[in-house]
Amino acid sequence: MSATATTYAGLDISSTTRPPMSRLLKVELRKMVDTRAGMWLMIAMGAITVVATTIFGLAGHDRDRTFANFMQFAGAPQGILLPVLGILLVTQEWSQRTAMVTFTLEPHRSRTLAAKVYAALLLGVAAFAIAVAVAVLATVVFGGTDPWREVGAIDFLKFGILQVTGILQGLAFGLLLLNSAAAVVLYFVLPTAFSILFNTVPALKDSAPWIDFGTAQGPLGDPGNLSGKEWAQLAITGTIWVIVPFLAGLWRMLRAEVK
Amino acid sequence: MITLEHVSKTYGGFTAVDDVSFTAKPGRVTGFLGPNGAGKSTSMRIMVGLTHADRGTATIGGHTYADIPNPGRHVGVLLDASAQHAGRTGREVLALSALTMGLAQSRVDEMLELVGLTETESKRRVRNYSLGMRQRLGIANALMADPSVLILDEPANGLDPAGIHWMRSLLRGYAERGGTVLLSSHLLHEVEMIADDMVLIGRGRIVAQGTKAELLQTSGTFVRAEHPQKLAAVLAEAGIKASPSGDRGFRTEAEPIEVGRVAASAGIVLVELKPAEGAGLEELFLELTADDARETVTTEGVQL
Repeated sequence: MSATATTYAGLDISSTTRPPMSRLLKVELRKMVDTRAGMWLMIAMGAITVVATTIFGLAGHDRDRTFANFMQFAGAPQGILLPVLGILLVTQEWSQRTAMVTFTLEPHRSRTLAAKVYAALLLGVAAFAIAVAVAVLATVVFGGTDPWREVGAIDFLKFGILQVTGILQGLAFGLLLLNSAAAVVLYFVLPTAFSILFNTVPALKDSAPWIDFGTAQGPLGDPGNLSGKEWAQLAITGTIWVIVPFLAGLWRMLRAEVK
Repeated sequence: MITLEHVSKTYGGFTAVDDVSFTAKPGRVTGFLGPNGAGKSTSMRIMVGLTHADRGTATIGGHTYADIPNPGRHVGVLLDASAQHAGRTGREVLALSALTMGLAQSRVDEMLELVGLTETESKRRVRNYSLGMRQRLGIANALMADPSVLILDEPANGLDPAGIHWMRSLLRGYAERGGTVLLSSHLLHEVEMIADDMVLIGRGRIVAQGTKAELLQTSGTFVRAEHPQKLAAVLAEAGIKASPSGDRGFRTEAEPIEVGRVAASAGIVLVELKPAEGAGLEELFLELTADDARETVTTEGVQL
């Protein structure tokens, strides 16, 4: 207790500064791994990446064992699990009710959310780097004939986009639902249901790449650059499936009563 | 200092907090007392910005909570001891708060020691904590930055008698050093033991506030007779207004001697006759919240 605060009814806040973003980011990164669920999610991601790549390295055809394919295998587990981490990063504050403490220590909720987004992206970048490293290692050890063919900077960009949009979509769904189970289920079921619907109903099939995110993401896994039309489809479906839910979720989180 | 001015909060058609105004002063422990669901927790959440008030303002030391930079350094808050991640260890919970507020991690050990959580206990996950341990952890969290204002919702909940005693002296010491302490409770004796000032709330409205001494100072008489109906009839006849109180008793504004005379002249046997303040704060609490409480039957005693 400072001397001034004890003698006056007013609070002397002149010497306090708000927690810098770097500190909030550190807190959010720590929250990802300081529970058993978070820690095991990380371990599982690492282990599955190594196992999947190894199996492909041992069992894959000689001409398939290229760096590009190894990267697909190394990236698949995190592509599925990183969004879950993004979801939990937001929803655990509500499910476990820690938001009561989090938002009391930093009443500007948008700053906490920004820290969460940065933390998720940082983790995505780290996971991307690890996946690339694992793929390089696997190519060196298991690589078939001419394993480095068809690799360009654009492939890394596409891979990165795929991972990052996955994480952001997870965060958006988490924000929108503020409930772990509901967000995880909806995150997996809704896009899949949409993909099935748009790819089986003939009348919808043509519009699928303009509305269904999964369809628009398809070319990201193919070799080479995307056409202008494909980039546009990616941008539009990304807006529908990531940006709009994120903004709606943000609006909800800023207003939600925390109890 | 905590100041609430005309704060109201409505959920649909239900008014949880209705035009609440009061002040919690520095150097004093203010007890926020009321039955369950009276609006204590909602009021406290409004103070720290977790719930937005529909009307009115809540300030702490002259600032809206959100305008206080790094508020944890100035205001210690414990709103719900159970609102912790079940999968984190107690130590980790404190470490995260210390990190957010920019405090040295050595504060974590100091706080654990202060609230009496052992090294082994601190490494257990909160899932395995008793309510009392969670409460201690929450108090540690609130006190960590040595704030000058404390807002504690039902802090004694789940603490054993020794724990309650410990908390009482802790908060008393805090107020004596100039801190502002606001604590809520639905248990009167708890507040009676520790508070200097009291704010009584029922169904969202403040029903009484003042210093404990002021609120305790009541005039009048508590009386109990062998035949309550007869006594009620005679008192009414003598023009003494009496209301049922406690177990078959009555409370009246008249002095004990007047009540005694009326009873004696009618030949009524009295079982108890005493100044009303002897009944303590409980009488006051029940009386003040009688109209607002959910279980009106307990305050009425036997209906005559």
